[in-house]
Amino acid sequence: MLTKTMDPAKVLKVVGTSPVRPDGVPKVTGQAVYGADTILPGMIWGKILRSPHAHARIKSIDTSKAAALPGVKAIVTGADLPDHKFEYVGPERVAVNYWHMTRNILAREKVLYEGHAIAAVAATTPAIAQQALDLIHVDYEILPHVIDVDEAMKPGAPLLFEDMITRGIEPAPTTPSNIAKRLEFSVGDLAKGFAEADEVVEMSFTTAAVHQGYIEPHSCVARYGADGQCELWSASQGHFVVRAYTAKLLGMDIGSLLVHPAEIGGGFGGKTVVYVEPVAVALSKKSGLPVKIMMSREDVLKATGPTSGASMTVKIGVTKAGKIVAADSTFKFQAGAFPGSPVMNGAMCAYACYDIPNSRAVGYDVVSNRPKSAAYRAPGSPISAFGVESVLDILAKKIGMDPLELRYKNAVSAGSPTAWGPKHAHDGFKETIEALMKHPSYKIPLGKNQGRGVASGFWFNGGGESAATLHVNEDGSVVVATGSMDVGGSRASMALMAAETLGIPYDKVRSTVADTASIGYNHVTGGSRVTYATGIAVVQACNTVIEDMRGRAALTWDVSIDDVIWEDGHAKLVAGHAGDHAPLSLAAIAAKRAVTGGPIVAEAAVNAGGMAPGFSTQFYDVEVDPETGHTKILRVVAAQDVGRAIHHDYCEGQIQGGVVQGIGWALNEEYVYDKEGHLSNAGFLDYRIPVASDLPHIDVVMVEVPNPNHPFGAKGVGEVNIVPPMAAIANAIEQATGKRMTSLPMSPPKVLAAIDG
Amino acid sequence: MSKHHITTTINNNPVEFLCEPHQPLLDVLRDELGMTGTKEGCGTGDCGSCSVTLDGRLVCSCLVLAVEAEGKTIQTIEGMAQGDHLHVLQRKFLEHAALQCGICTPGFLIAARALLERNANPTEEEVRFWLAGNLCRCTGYQKIIEAVLDAAKEIRGA
Amino acid sequence: MSVLRYETPATVEAAAALLASASGPARVLAGGTDMLVQMRSGRVKPELLVDVKHISEMTSLTQENGGWRIGAAVNCMALVENKAFASEWPGVIDGANLVGSVQVRGRATLGGNLCNASPAADSVPAMIAAGAVASVVGPNGRRDVPVEQINVGPGKTSLQKGELVASFFLPSRPAHSGDAYLRFTPRSEMDIAVVGAGVNLTLDAHGVCTAARVSLGAVAAQALFLPEAGQALVGTKVDEAALDALAASASAAAKPIDDKRGTKAFRIKVAGVLAKRAAIAALARAKGIN
Repeated sequence: MLTKTMDPAKVLKVVGTSPVRPDGVPKVTGQAVYGADTILPGMIWGKILRSPHAHARIKSIDTSKAAALPGVKAIVTGADLPDHKFEYVGPERVAVNYWHMTRNILAREKVLYEGHAIAAVAATTPAIAQQALDLIHVDYEILPHVIDVDEAMKPGAPLLFEDMITRGIEPAPTTPSNIAKRLEFSVGDLAKGFAEADEVVEMSFTTAAVHQGYIEPHSCVARYGADGQCELWSASQGHFVVRAYTAKLLGMDIGSLLVHPAEIGGGFGGKTVVYVEPVAVALSKKSGLPVKIMMSREDVLKATGPTSGASMTVKIGVTKAGKIVAADSTFKFQAGAFPGSPVMNGAMCAYACYDIPNSRAVGYDVVSNRPKSAAYRAPGSPISAFGVESVLDILAKKIGMDPLELRYKNAVSAGSPTAWGPKHAHDGFKETIEALMKHPSYKIPLGKNQGRGVASGFWFNGGGESAATLHVNEDGSVVVATGSMDVGGSRASMALMAAETLGIPYDKVRSTVADTASIGYNHVTGGSRVTYATGIAVVQACNTVIEDMRGRAALTWDVSIDDVIWEDGHAKLVAGHAGDHAPLSLAAIAAKRAVTGGPIVAEAAVNAGGMAPGFSTQFYDVEVDPETGHTKILRVVAAQDVGRAIHHDYCEGQIQGGVVQGIGWALNEEYVYDKEGHLSNAGFLDYRIPVASDLPHIDVVMVEVPNPNHPFGAKGVGEVNIVPPMAAIANAIEQATGKRMTSLPMSPPKVLAAIDG
Repeated sequence: MSKHHITTTINNNPVEFLCEPHQPLLDVLRDELGMTGTKEGCGTGDCGSCSVTLDGRLVCSCLVLAVEAEGKTIQTIEGMAQGDHLHVLQRKFLEHAALQCGICTPGFLIAARALLERNANPTEEEVRFWLAGNLCRCTGYQKIIEAVLDAAKEIRGA
Repeated sequence: MSVLRYETPATVEAAAALLASASGPARVLAGGTDMLVQMRSGRVKPELLVDVKHISEMTSLTQENGGWRIGAAVNCMALVENKAFASEWPGVIDGANLVGSVQVRGRATLGGNLCNASPAADSVPAMIAAGAVASVVGPNGRRDVPVEQINVGPGKTSLQKGELVASFFLPSRPAHSGDAYLRFTPRSEMDIAVVGAGVNLTLDAHGVCTAARVSLGAVAAQALFLPEAGQALVGTKVDEAALDALAASASAAAKPIDDKRGTKAFRIKVAGVLAKRAAIAALARAKGIN
């Protein structure tokens, strides 16, 4: 049965409230079990040996001394994993290549970044495992390295892959380079467009790589049995994807691997891939014992994917009436050591907020000797937005138009074109601009050394595969199980949607995340897809159960099912029916289930389409100390279209969290490499994420323009909020100081240098 | 290398354990005593996830050697609730949605309790500066601050 | 980690004896907030740790001859919480209150902050400006060393094998005195000083500065004591001209490096800015305005 689409007239009883989440008490009491908290009998400890060099050929690995150390139970290297065909699999925007993936897990021919994993040891104590690592001898032939994206693109740059020929160029180049791919999105006629412009601004920008910064390092426990069946407890954003990747990398049947969803201590996209899981499984297989691996913070920063840093040029033309007539940009994204930066997203999202008749966005995916990039909250979009939203600000000034007004004049709505083909299907962007225009804080006057900056952002949001199961317990309470890892409170949202659909109180619904053997496939918790797609599956399962219960009531009353409605958690006879039966509650029906057909259960599986994108418009007030270049954030207002806030406070929390990550990205976060290609700031002291004393109140305005394709109108909330902050803060700093910052982060030495000229 | 035998009090219970001199208290709590409520986020005292109190002082347990716990009293997150009776801070964190992934939450609760036991009437700025040693990447801190201020209000009212 | 011995002596002399007789690398363990991080990274591989927190002389904070005797292993929070000390030496408290976080300050000590010899240590410029004197105990007995002579380079002290700092003495305070420490960091907390400036000054009854000590941190291989910069204030009412002279002297004295926390040019400029701002704060305290 299809999910009913949203009924805008219906008054909701529980959706939109903010009840306590089911994992709340376990988390505030320290009882919740995260990846590193799993303890199994007989468990031993795995540690990973990592390359000290940014780029080197591996001539040999000698593990004999390590193997002889008492307490060492297994050692693995790349040779212990099967190799894979070199091919890109899956849709282009998210394609994977297992030939690359297995080499990132454990290096083979070369090490391609400092921190690249080469070997792993499992031993009876962490200290022995560490000692064993020190006894592994690797013979390296050190090679010249390259870190920066522009440097990596230059002819003559050290090559990471001697046979890499850029894809996406016709005819294909004849010489190899570090450019994995070129892509382009074009519409209209650029020359004509720029000819119509009264003002044109072209500017170059750079951004630094930034890490998702989840507080929990990657961890897992693997237990491989003598029967070839393996269980894995892993902190991830998608245990089905962990299962798929790990099984593939080990050459196992997917069904032989059962992944338990541990609680996750933050992901933001960075835990949608595997690092330690295949290693732990391999060590467990060799040793015959359960193996725990927990990455250190240093290893997390050196060896797990940050998002790309980038170099870009953005050119935009507007008429003096404020119409954007042409845009032309080139985006060069660092992919890290293996191809796969989010440059395609960056190119597609760059102008997606605006109806621009003539545009081109060219993207380059470039490898260099640093960790392979991984998804980070709206991957790619914040990077291109930094350039585009900065240039729009400059243009607004040139034509004497309020920056919100300029955006509003060109804002997309349902029916507007996109640069990549399909039309926008949803409104919501204009409403975020309106929210800011009306906001009382937007009118607060500013003082000396202070400035205000605005920016907007877009993110696709995802749909995709989700499965949900609903069980009605004997006492009328229900269990909602899905396969969507809960990063931000989605168990509560699923329970809210189930409670609303069934018409029962929230506290009668138990919401869980099931393991890979207990529920159908669920894609990752990412792309802001869970409340949307998994929510649809939950509601579908509820509706199936409702049908079932109507049928059981009809059976009990000996009436036609068409005479039975479901309302407020009860089966009721339709109005005007001749017979006279008191309504039957869910609990009453459950109590009689044995005689009416047995257990009351439904599963639903969807591949959800029809999702709506995220739009956000934000402003930041800053004060810049002209003698030190230090930027203080005074005030933030972030407006975002959430469709419908299923759990009010958790939606707000997502927006506040993304904003603060954006503040860190704007002001202080970056990877600092020394001349040898070693990461100088591999810790939370010098990789500076914002602390509580750095921040003001984050004011959130949740605009609700419901998505009719979701039973409650929800749109994905988690990601788009990180897209505007960097440009908005750059725009605010410009107003405060008169200086345009074109390089992230806008740290004090750089701002002071700009002020001092 | 022979281990040290350490006698201590954890959450008002007498506890003894064996450890090697190099082992941080954090590792012993988690790996020897199975008390995994205290988390490792960085191991270098930069994130506060491993916060405990040691003789009433708020500290990072990754910066204390387990041998230094001899004769001391330690409070961890596991001791914060009394049976099924949550501490006011734990309740307020839940009410105010002051956690998303929750990994930093035990550290914040221990740190916030240490503040409110010294000063039940902190300003917002005082709360933000006291908690600056606890990193959170999910929430942007706002709801955490609101929860702590609300807990303080209740403590004063009680 | 290989063999590690852990000892808890009851007196400073016993601690010194343990350090003197150690055959392998030996370290004092006070707060451990730098030590444990260095052990974890392998930068330091001690074979002996001498825990000094059981030595009452080193954990006491007392008044002595009108001044203060601070045990080298008194933790920063205990120092900050001592109201009598804090009201007399707010600048030292500024520094102690900026070390790490509340958690770090619950363990970190002035002795450790000094002897770890990071050029950016937050308590050191304020202690130098205060005129603190370290009481050093070793195999040959005790000696007094002005704090500015302890650090000789990053990670290096002038202490001989077997010596440790047992305590600090801060002299009695003349009337109309005030001190302040300011630092520049990208984040408001949880950061290492990119530049630190400590100023301690005394005024006469007419508001004229009769004594001033200025110290800069994080702009050279060790914290600098700048007699010339202090002289720029003496005899003045610490007016704009005097402050500008102070700033120029401070910037001129700064010999920083480029590193991941700041560039040379940035540090030189900000050294002057912070010295000036610290002097303004110290002046306000000397005048009794807070």
